[in-house]
Amino acid sequence: MNSKRIVKSTGRYAIRFVTLLIAISIISFILVSLSPVDPVQQYVGAVPNVSEEQREKIAEYWGLNDPPAERFAIWAKSLLHGDFGTSLIYRRPVLDIIGEKFAASLALMLTAWVFSGILGFTIGCIMGVYNGKWPDRILKKVCLTMCAIPTFWIGIVFLMVFSVKLGWFPMGMSVPKGVPADQVTLLQRIHHLVLPALTLSFLSFANVALHTREKLVDVLESDYVLFAKASGESRFSIWKRHGLRNILLPAVTMQFGSFSELFGGSVLAETVFSYPGLGAAASAAGMGSDIPLLLGITLFSAVFVFVGNMLANIIYGIADPQIREGYEHEE
Amino acid sequence: MEKKTKEEYVHPLLEVKDLSVSFRMYDTGLEQYDLKVISNLNIDVKQGEIVAVAGSSGSGKSLLAHAVMGLLPENAATTGEMYYKGMPLIQKEKEQLRGKEIALVPQSVAYLDPSMRVGTQVLGEKPDQRKRKEQKEVFSRLHLEEHVERLYPFQLSGGMARRVLVSTALISGADLIIADEPTPGLDLEMAVEALTCFREMADEGKAVILITHDIDLAFHVADRVAVFYAGTTVEIAPSKDFREGPEALRHPYSKALWRALPQNGFVPIPGFQPYAKALPKGCLFAPRCPNRTEECEKPIPMQELRGGTVRCIHAT
Repeated sequence: MNSKRIVKSTGRYAIRFVTLLIAISIISFILVSLSPVDPVQQYVGAVPNVSEEQREKIAEYWGLNDPPAERFAIWAKSLLHGDFGTSLIYRRPVLDIIGEKFAASLALMLTAWVFSGILGFTIGCIMGVYNGKWPDRILKKVCLTMCAIPTFWIGIVFLMVFSVKLGWFPMGMSVPKGVPADQVTLLQRIHHLVLPALTLSFLSFANVALHTREKLVDVLESDYVLFAKASGESRFSIWKRHGLRNILLPAVTMQFGSFSELFGGSVLAETVFSYPGLGAAASAAGMGSDIPLLLGITLFSAVFVFVGNMLANIIYGIADPQIREGYEHEE
Repeated sequence: MEKKTKEEYVHPLLEVKDLSVSFRMYDTGLEQYDLKVISNLNIDVKQGEIVAVAGSSGSGKSLLAHAVMGLLPENAATTGEMYYKGMPLIQKEKEQLRGKEIALVPQSVAYLDPSMRVGTQVLGEKPDQRKRKEQKEVFSRLHLEEHVERLYPFQLSGGMARRVLVSTALISGADLIIADEPTPGLDLEMAVEALTCFREMADEGKAVILITHDIDLAFHVADRVAVFYAGTTVEIAPSKDFREGPEALRHPYSKALWRALPQNGFVPIPGFQPYAKALPKGCLFAPRCPNRTEECEKPIPMQELRGGTVRCIHAT
């Protein structure tokens, strides 16, 4: 019975995943075709003495004169074979670049993600418990201010204060300059990670906190908490037994659902800190009209966000008794 | 259950004297005013007795329950006296007694945590062996099968939910049980079953305050009935007076309430219960009363009359 359900929902996710990727690739292909970027010019770059005829030959060789549908078919076919093309700025296969940069970004995003989740949840709980009293009012103002501040601005302020003025943290990059790659210590990596990770987590912790606060206030004003009080439960026990139980799941799933903001934020944070991750690569690809890399990252980010949302759904299905046991009753 | 001596039955387990509750409210801008939702309310309940509390919505029935258990929100101010087993009942005591000596039976499944299994919930925060044993016994006594423990509230049927809520009061071993509208939404058979349960508790020596809309049923199961109107008690009388009819009753509102029951003619009286912000002076029922005189604008005390108490100077 249970395995039937798993097969069913897996099938549903697979269909959604495939249709999403098809839609994204069509839309981004159209957008790129419409953009004023001339691939031939990008390719020859600053090389002098490329005649008009030679340009024509390159265009012919690449099939740039073919109708768009045909070009899309060729591109899609190579994608299916795992060939995402070669990055123009890095001069290496797109998939290699994405893999390498994503590994660097992962440490950054994961740190920021965990940190913002824990910080946001804790602050949200404090605000909810002290609903309307001064700790709540102060923290709420802080959170609302945080929500209104753009990520890149926070990043620049952090750089100015902690790197330039205080000199506590390096100015950017993920490893110190002039040190061979195999001699970089973990501590140095962490040292370089702190500021960008903080910047990135400041993007979302306020959201998590405000959301958690709202949920907790709802729970604490609910009839079942009133009844818990009437049954003699203490304030702490109510928070632990009823509050936590009812707000943890929405908070966790929301955190998994925030992968898109995380990815978007990493583009800004990594650019500000020259952190060589996927976000910085995305903006470099955009600025340098590196179309193969740009399309590759677009598709990859879609997969990334999809996985986040899917995890959120799956966790809900496993952890929420109404969904979990509701299914069992149906069958 | 040990047999109580006559003496113990005489002293009320809970006595509420001249209770007033007001809420501090904000008007437009920063102006504050106090909304008096309960005024000079009196009620008492003895061991082995069910006192039904009847009255329309907004007459302060549930607030009484919350006031006794110390569950009122922070903007509420109370005056008057409450005694539990002869001792003054203040907020700190209420917080210690609730769940142990005073239990609330809430009105619907919404009072159960939707994400917690029923068994875990009825056992409370510190389940010990004694409580677990008690819970098994109570569940079987209430015809709740063993697997119900492992269900979530949303999986309970209406009747099961009702019995689970009643079970919390039984498991707690409290002496005073306040049931806040335990019957709405139940069909007659189930409502009778629920009330029978309270009757059994009272017969075992517990005291029960039964807040209800189903006054008709309450007349049959309760020992005494307290009629609430606009946040005060207008009459407390033995249930048999309510079964007999208006001649046996004392307050004009109780009589009107009796006549408004479907089986007694369904006769409404003009006017409506005053809003707490615009209470009349003196008798709160005076604006709708056929017998009102100028005297009715003075404060009206509760007075003893024919084995009950009534808040009316013209009552005979």
